[in-house]
Amino acid sequence: MAIPDALPFINLRWDDLLFLILSGVMVGSALLVVTLRDIIRCGLAMMVSFAALAGLYVEIGAPLVAAAQVLVYIGAISVLVLFAIMLTQTKAAPARLVFQTQALPAAIAAGVLAVLIALTVGATNWNAVSAPIRTGTAILAKVLFDQFVLPFEIVSVLLLAAVIGGIFLAKREAGDSI
Amino acid sequence: MSHSLDAYLILAGILFSIGTFGFLARRNAISMLMSIELMLNAVNLTILAFGAFIPALKVQGSVIALIVLAVAAAEATVGLSIVIAIYRNKKTPLVDEYDTMRD
Repeated sequence: MAIPDALPFINLRWDDLLFLILSGVMVGSALLVVTLRDIIRCGLAMMVSFAALAGLYVEIGAPLVAAAQVLVYIGAISVLVLFAIMLTQTKAAPARLVFQTQALPAAIAAGVLAVLIALTVGATNWNAVSAPIRTGTAILAKVLFDQFVLPFEIVSVLLLAAVIGGIFLAKREAGDSI
Repeated sequence: MSHSLDAYLILAGILFSIGTFGFLARRNAISMLMSIELMLNAVNLTILAFGAFIPALKVQGSVIALIVLAVAAAEATVGLSIVIAIYRNKKTPLVDEYDTMRD
């Protein structure tokens, strides 16, 4: 039996359904990241958000970036953030107030920003094509190591500098207790 | 819906706004860094959406997104080690108690 082109009854295409699910998971867990009281749970919700975003990258036709997203964000940055949380939490911190006093103005400002972006996007003609163009790994590698080889090398130097800087900043001085 | 640039751009705008709210409203320094990561991801989604829907930017979008990913990793490393270094001096992760430079 062949699978129908669209979801029966509500006439929703499968890729639209996938887009809705992934974006719902992403926005929902991003909201959890900024509102949850327990900061460890914030870090775990951030991992869920990054995973849903990797799914969106696949749907938009950038599979290599999605793989890099899983490796770098879920694999490295989230673990780094969780380690930093565990190093810096005192017992008293989670029970105290989570938000600054300017939380309400911040919420209003963020809402206004979202509305402004949506209005701008809606009012602009981007001359976009009607279906996402898939970027294969072969062509991406060709462009990355030919036209963009200088930025690539600069990024590798930057990563080396960040590693050395991170070690230097977080290094324990003689006599520190933590 | 998944075949329109507008949907992806509005989604990225929503994610960026959530990150902005988190950065402005949270008291914990690491929560603020996580909000910055959310904002960086929103920008990356925008770049990839433009790369996918505008033929002239086809491959460049993915290349720029990869470079942003690497720079975000470097930023997270340095940011978190700064937070740990401050925590070692002040014994608190809450940013509103970091007021040494106010005096």
